[in-house]
Amino acid sequence: MAYPIEIILSRQLADCLSMPVFITDTVGNLIFYNEPAENLLGTRFEETGEMKVETWGTIFKPKDEDGNVMPPENLPLVRTLKDQYPYHKSFWIESMKGNTEKISVTSYPIIGRAGNFVGAVAIFWEAKDI
Amino acid sequence: MKIMIRGVRGSIPTTGPDTVYYGGNTSCAVAVEDDCILVLDGGSGMQKFNLLQTTAVKRVDILLTHLHLDHIQGLGFFNPFFDPTLDIHIWGPVSNISLRTRLSRYLSPPLFPVLLRDLPCKLTLHEIGDSSFDIGPFQIESRYVIHPGPTVGYRIKGKHSVFTYMPDHEPMLGAKEFPADKRWISGMELAQDADLLLHDAQYSAQQYPYRMGWGHSSMDDVAKFAELAAVKHLLLAHHDPSNSDTDLNNLFEDLQKRNNYLFKYELAAEGMVIELP
Ligand SMILES: [Zn+2]
Ligand SMILES: [Zn+2]
Repeated sequence: MAYPIEIILSRQLADCLSMPVFITDTVGNLIFYNEPAENLLGTRFEETGEMKVETWGTIFKPKDEDGNVMPPENLPLVRTLKDQYPYHKSFWIESMKGNTEKISVTSYPIIGRAGNFVGAVAIFWEAKDI
Repeated sequence: MKIMIRGVRGSIPTTGPDTVYYGGNTSCAVAVEDDCILVLDGGSGMQKFNLLQTTAVKRVDILLTHLHLDHIQGLGFFNPFFDPTLDIHIWGPVSNISLRTRLSRYLSPPLFPVLLRDLPCKLTLHEIGDSSFDIGPFQIESRYVIHPGPTVGYRIKGKHSVFTYMPDHEPMLGAKEFPADKRWISGMELAQDADLLLHDAQYSAQQYPYRMGWGHSSMDDVAKFAELAAVKHLLLAHHDPSNSDTDLNNLFEDLQKRNNYLFKYELAAEGMVIELP
């Protein structure tokens, strides 16, 4: 089954961006990530293909400013998937090299021409301040 | 299924001695199976429609891919609209403004003297998106494709064959190459294994980078797309109005020289008739 055109265009835009972009289906399975996102994940999309929400959800270990592991329900993308609204939050993640990095995440739903929710996008930014 | 090509020019009708061979009329094709007639797009190729004069058929269906002027400018000159005994259906992509309102912007003064609602035929409008529907012996799939504004392509399955119609389509927009996973290619689902694909091929590979985002494809990209879709026969269409017959022949020759595709592909020309099984 082909992806909706709105998802295909999201990927084609992500292909042109230098910001890490993650695209999920409506339940959070990772269906595409661009080259900058490959650097964050430490894997290549061509190699991993799509990833189940259980698999990719555990790669980042998001922590709050006190170093406590954040519950998933506080993460922007999880909230977008739940209520189809955009969210933004800054927090810390453990990078592939084991360093702790400050990042900001903006997530938004993809609601297509027919008004139907077809997926979500999360963009990761280097956090300037929290 | 019989396919009649009535208009293959992109953007604006071009008449003159240097476009006589491929033709100057804008998008229009006709598909016929038994007594069922589908008209694909209402470009200027729609004029002088005389198919009904020799049959007892009382219904015609017009499938619009989108409402750019080169795909609707023939509507006002489609004689069956003026026959009160005919039942005419127009199918077109849904938008937040109704299809009737959008069509009426053209079919009303000052652009056109006759109002859509005053056309003598019995007229029914249908709004579609990612849809499946049947018309007589045809099973039709419409899907949104990459082109500015709501635009669909059509996969038309007759009794024994498939015709895919995508005159305006830019599947490579912003992409470096076609992804290996075909689910990510705009329009692929419509074209897969088609017996005949009529597809936008407005530009040469050299011109395309300067026209990216205008909603059209290069000949090279379309040939590749057709190969990936395993179509049996490709018609390259929506010829750029600035290309003469000679220009088109040169561009096509160059395309052939650089590629070795095994399927049949050729430039679409006005007046072509193709009999599918
Ligand atoms: Zn066009
Ligand atoms: Zn167009």
